Amino acid sequence: MNCEECGKRPATLHLTKIVNGEKTEYHICEHCAQEKGDVISGFHNFSIHNILSGLLNFDPMAKNSFSSSLNSQTTTHKPLRCETCGLTYAQFSKSGRFGCSDCYRYFGDLLDPLFRRIHGNNNHIGKVPERTGGQLKIRKELEQLKTQLKRYVETEEFEKAAEIRDRIRALEKKIDQA
Amino acid sequence: MSVQQFMQNPWSNWMKGEGPDADIVISTRIRIARNLRHHPFPLLATDSQAEEVVRHVASVGQTEEMRKAGPFELIMMDQLQPLEKRVLVEKHLISPNLAEESRKGGVLLSKDESISIMINEEDHIRIQVLLPGFQLKEAWETGSRIDDIFERYVNYAFDEKRGYLTSCPTNVGTGIRASVMLHLPALVMTQQINRILQAINQVGLVVRGMYGEGSEALGNLFQLSNQVTLGMSENDILSNLYSVAKQIIEQERVARRYLLENSPVALEDRICRSYGILLHARTVESKEAAQRLSDVRLGIDLGIIKNVSAFVTNELLVLTQPGFLQRHAGQKLSPEQRDERRARLIRERLAAQSV
Repeated sequence: MNCEECGKRPATLHLTKIVNGEKTEYHICEHCAQEKGDVISGFHNFSIHNILSGLLNFDPMAKNSFSSSLNSQTTTHKPLRCETCGLTYAQFSKSGRFGCSDCYRYFGDLLDPLFRRIHGNNNHIGKVPERTGGQLKIRKELEQLKTQLKRYVETEEFEKAAEIRDRIRALEKKIDQA
Repeated sequence: MSVQQFMQNPWSNWMKGEGPDADIVISTRIRIARNLRHHPFPLLATDSQAEEVVRHVASVGQTEEMRKAGPFELIMMDQLQPLEKRVLVEKHLISPNLAEESRKGGVLLSKDESISIMINEEDHIRIQVLLPGFQLKEAWETGSRIDDIFERYVNYAFDEKRGYLTSCPTNVGTGIRASVMLHLPALVMTQQINRILQAINQVGLVVRGMYGEGSEALGNLFQLSNQVTLGMSENDILSNLYSVAKQIIEQERVARRYLLENSPVALEDRICRSYGILLHARTVESKEAAQRLSDVRLGIDLGIIKNVSAFVTNELLVLTQPGFLQRHAGQKLSPEQRDERRARLIRERLAAQSV
């Protein structure tokens, strides 16, 4: 189909306009569309930004009907939700607020682009709760000790093995207490 | 100690007008966002879940360690009149969000008002430390100490990859927002401020007005804070903010010297004119009051006005806010009545000093 305006170029834009209940259809080419600016004024506001936020499926400023319709379209066929609090990813991308700490786990890597955009980064460095930090350290130490123990048992160095075994017990007790 | 004391006393530790670089840095604030592992965030919590969070946090406030760090008083938002909440906001002790939006919101306030622990704001726990002058390190150390105490009693929502988990993705990671309140009249007068503000946005920092997000920069007061919370250590966040603030402070000092050297009469005239107006005006709007007080404060810092202390201008900034004026009057006031009371209050305070 050729453009209704110039009749030369192929029509690439197909628009429906409803005025007072009367439906008019336009089939025009991009060139004429630009000249006839008023017909498709909405398109001029549709920037690369909208497209990006649509892809990311997250736009806290979403007031634009384009990006929100993109959001709902891309999420309907895959309703991702946090099993703990029930917040869906679509709800999250609308409100920009998580429902509980498990949302982070359920939405997982999907959040990477979002965090990269806000913080330029995905991974936490900095303060770690002593309890978590301490336990992590102990667990790593335990793993090392257990492989050591195995080695001593294999080489029949039982005295050293017993020593290691005592240290393992002490660490396990520490974890239980925490 | 009672709630009433927090209301009636306009004085707060941060207004002292003391501390390092106090001629430019009014106050330093650190806010640490934390959540409990097994409770839904305040946005989704039911009333009874939110109450449970309050009980949990309040009980930590009763422990021996916290008593030593405080002592703390628990104030629930639903115990307060709207005006009283407004007073706490004007003193910067709670956020507007806690005052207006929270359900079962509360705050644990330390006696000297330098530490406030907000409960059920956007996050379960928000530890705020507010100190006079430029004291980023001190504020963080105090906040981190309180954080450590809490950690002993509650199970924090923490993830090895993402760090401290928060309700809003903009706070995740360290959960800290550090900010300094800068008084920059000379940079505004010499019209350099816009250039500087633009540069700031490019290094991961944000500038806001005195009352935080969305508020206007009244009285040449600018709040500079970090934007990034994930992927940077607390130390890096603080030293980044520190060095940028330090540069702005230097620029402001240079601009002040420039004005003193190049247009001493115009500068002195502006300062003394504002001082005179505040000493004699019968009615003054809040915007004008903020601007005039800024001039007077600059005059104090430059030694042009000698018999007024910086503390008084800080105090007046808070005292002349609508909430405080009405609280002081004991009734609701129309804007005209407020302007009149504001003028009288400033007159009285300044006159008391200039004997």
